[in-house]
Amino acid sequence: MWDYCGHSLEVARRRGATYADVRVMHQRQRDLTTKSGRVGTLGQSESIGLGIRVVANGAWGFASTDQLTREGVAGCAAQAVAIARSSALAKKENVQMVPEGTYVDSWQGPCVKDPFEIPLETQVELLLAADSAMHKVKGVTLSETDMQFRKIDTWFASSSGSKIHQRRVISGCGIVATSFKGDAIQKRSYPNSFGGQHVLAGYELIESMELLRHATRVGEEAVALHSAAQCPEKAGTLILGGSQLGLQIHESIGHPIELDRVLGQEANFAGTSFLTLDKLHNLRYASPIVNVVADARIAHGAGLGTFAYDDEGVPAQCIDVIKDGEFHGYLSSRETAHLVGLARSGGTMRTESWNRLPMIRMTNVSILPGEWTLDNLIADTDDAIMMDTNRSWSIDDRRYQFQFSTEIAWEIKGGKKGRMLKNPSYSGITTEFWNSCDAITNADNWVLWGTPNCGKGQPMQVMGTGHGASPARFRNVKMGMAFSNQ
Amino acid sequence: MSPREKQHALKGDGGGAVALRAERQLHQIGATVLRLAKERGVPETEVHIDEHIQALTRFANNTIHQHVAEQGLVVSIRTAADGRTARVTTNRVDEDSLRAAIDDCLSLASHQPKDSRLLAMLGKQKYRLVRRFHAGTAALTAEERARAVKHACQFAEKHGQIAAGIFSSGQSQSVLVNSRGLSAAYRHTNATFSITMQQGSATSWAKANSGDVHQFDPLELTKIAGEKASRAENPVELEPGQYTVILEPAAVLDLVGFLFYDFAATAVADKRSCLSGRLGKAIFGKNITITDDAYHGHQLGAPFDGEGMPRERVVLVDRGVVKNLVYSRRSAKRAGTKPTGHGFPLPNEYGEAPLNLVVEGGTTSVEEMVASTNRGLLVTRLWYIREVDPYEKIMTGMTRDGLFLIEKGKMGRAARNFRFNQSVLEMLRNVERLGPARRATGEEAFEMVVPPMKISNFHFSEVTKF
Repeated sequence: MWDYCGHSLEVARRRGATYADVRVMHQRQRDLTTKSGRVGTLGQSESIGLGIRVVANGAWGFASTDQLTREGVAGCAAQAVAIARSSALAKKENVQMVPEGTYVDSWQGPCVKDPFEIPLETQVELLLAADSAMHKVKGVTLSETDMQFRKIDTWFASSSGSKIHQRRVISGCGIVATSFKGDAIQKRSYPNSFGGQHVLAGYELIESMELLRHATRVGEEAVALHSAAQCPEKAGTLILGGSQLGLQIHESIGHPIELDRVLGQEANFAGTSFLTLDKLHNLRYASPIVNVVADARIAHGAGLGTFAYDDEGVPAQCIDVIKDGEFHGYLSSRETAHLVGLARSGGTMRTESWNRLPMIRMTNVSILPGEWTLDNLIADTDDAIMMDTNRSWSIDDRRYQFQFSTEIAWEIKGGKKGRMLKNPSYSGITTEFWNSCDAITNADNWVLWGTPNCGKGQPMQVMGTGHGASPARFRNVKMGMAFSNQ
Repeated sequence: MSPREKQHALKGDGGGAVALRAERQLHQIGATVLRLAKERGVPETEVHIDEHIQALTRFANNTIHQHVAEQGLVVSIRTAADGRTARVTTNRVDEDSLRAAIDDCLSLASHQPKDSRLLAMLGKQKYRLVRRFHAGTAALTAEERARAVKHACQFAEKHGQIAAGIFSSGQSQSVLVNSRGLSAAYRHTNATFSITMQQGSATSWAKANSGDVHQFDPLELTKIAGEKASRAENPVELEPGQYTVILEPAAVLDLVGFLFYDFAATAVADKRSCLSGRLGKAIFGKNITITDDAYHGHQLGAPFDGEGMPRERVVLVDRGVVKNLVYSRRSAKRAGTKPTGHGFPLPNEYGEAPLNLVVEGGTTSVEEMVASTNRGLLVTRLWYIREVDPYEKIMTGMTRDGLFLIEKGKMGRAARNFRFNQSVLEMLRNVERLGPARRATGEEAFEMVVPPMKISNFHFSEVTKF
């Protein structure tokens, strides 16, 4: 692979590129699903290719190819340079990048049990057993399970001399029970909705999730939701479960801090950000108990945003995003860092595949745990609604106004968890919401959740991001608006 | 080496357009897989070979900031034996890699319970000819896209505005063969221009997509978005509530698009469709007729489905009444009816879906809709639409890039963007007027043929800050 990297860099240089970096990626994936007692998807895929990004005539060009021959990668490099020259037709200034060191390294993410080496029968049997346990619950009309495994090898080289190999193994799994009754469809998922939990790990993740142990409960809760009271429409105290808080962080902190959005580069598709440059170190983003970091280091945990180097060769870092409630930092790249006065990129450039351009993406954007136990938090709450497991999510294109709904909620009355509520939702304005946070539970409740389906960019790239979160309490939140007109 | 093969071999030189392989080269790959599988003693084998060449010029702040090109070929193999099937996909096409993929597929398939409902693969079929490959689109170069973008950026600068968007073009082809003699092939070109124009804190947007790049004019779209942005500054904040709205085609598309999977027979059988218990009922207004028509002149897409079944035109909704669903071979057998050619590649748990929706239009222009509205809102585009309630089909999302107040039949000031929580079923009962249907493109749903609509009592629940 290094030969293809080196040859393409050399061709780019000879064609006039003043900078180039190249990624050869080999991606393997296995997908298993079941539905109501039968195997659904059973597939495996493999993709290998090379993508090269160049600066020529002061402008960017990128080309990719699956023709891994010396001729193929040379043609690809030449094409990238030609594209860069055409980009220069509509450039305003030359590309500038902050300096970065040169690294020669090899890194492998944590993986105790290679999921591709685990017998397929073991995987299918587990899913079918969990599926069956859900389906046995009277009233469950659809039971579904899934597992997904990915193994990604990346060989990165740059014209500056870096040569970095990384291997990341990603595992994920989830189960979901659906119940149709009368005029309503209710659903419960475990350990999270929309594919479950995904982390940087091997098959040990699947074993730790204990899908079978949770399957009957998941089915029973889906059915019980039909008899539950409707979530009221009111302003009041809200307690969010960890996975939902993780998604709240993703949408209302993670995306607004992407510097490419802030600078208008995503204006046509993913949107911009209310976090304009004047707000850096000048905005009370959240209440003083809130601390948020963007941490790609393995020390933070093995999340979907964990790596040793980003896809432009910058080492993984921890960035303070919100410190004691104050807005502290953006996600940046080598091209954007200098625009906010940084001498170095924050190391957040990531690519979905060999045929996509690296772009600023979340790493692990996490809220740091507080001091409360969950029991103490509930006991301290007179009147609240506790919501868990996302059902829908939506936020405007500058990341101000959001609305989330969850699968399930419970009333909290007099410090005790009470009756179940169906169709819960809450909404608000980002900074008002985060400033209303008055309690965060402790590290015992903190989980590094994986969001495997974050879409951004044109052409669209789907990226996995990590979000550490523990249940937290928010005051005076608007609830129930999603069903307000029914 | 044929001229086309020679052109392919020279790809990359000059950053210009490149060519797909000759179709027969894809058939050769398919034949190789079938031969290798036969040597392995595989009873049934199906091979999809998909090749694409795609390029995209992306701009923001009146300059090109990303400019990319890709090409790739993927071989997807399904084996079936003794009621067991699996799929393995690879982009390595040498014989050793293809042999390994077949072995992986056999291994995957063998480690699962037998499925008594697995159907034998489909035999030879006849397909309607569709011509969706436009040489002018295939030949578009990086430089030509960059020049069009430059003109858009110059227009923006001249008018004190900021442009951001994309100009993409590409070509793709697919070949599907199986060991029972089925052989299908399809190729098309595609082009998209999308632009957001910013004036101060105001934005507006226009987008077009076609198989033929000459069917739209990037500069004309730039002018449309620019003119709207110039009227969108200093938006008025309105109270949330029920409004008469005029949805431009992209807004209609992105909402109605969320209905498409509800018309899958498998979704209804699984009781996760909003049409469960509603087949044959008049759940929409009498002015709503929806078909799935892969052969419509404004559609793109192959005339066959994931198993090679010819796609049929299906009337899904006839004057408000849910008439038909779409079926894969498997769901059709279960329902005792004929497949309609809408199945996904096997194995999968979702079955099928209509992918070429056409919503019948009317004759009222958007201008006439505005003139007929005492008080309402014109919606350019919707954003971040998600399902709140799957059975009542309540969707939430935001307006974006151009929400305008209409008063006494005239377009007025821009309004701050609203969040909506709206049942699509109810919305399609409240359509007062329809405009001419056209190929529309948005960001939430795939392209469809839809009209603009004037709709009463649309529910806006909250307002944002811009």
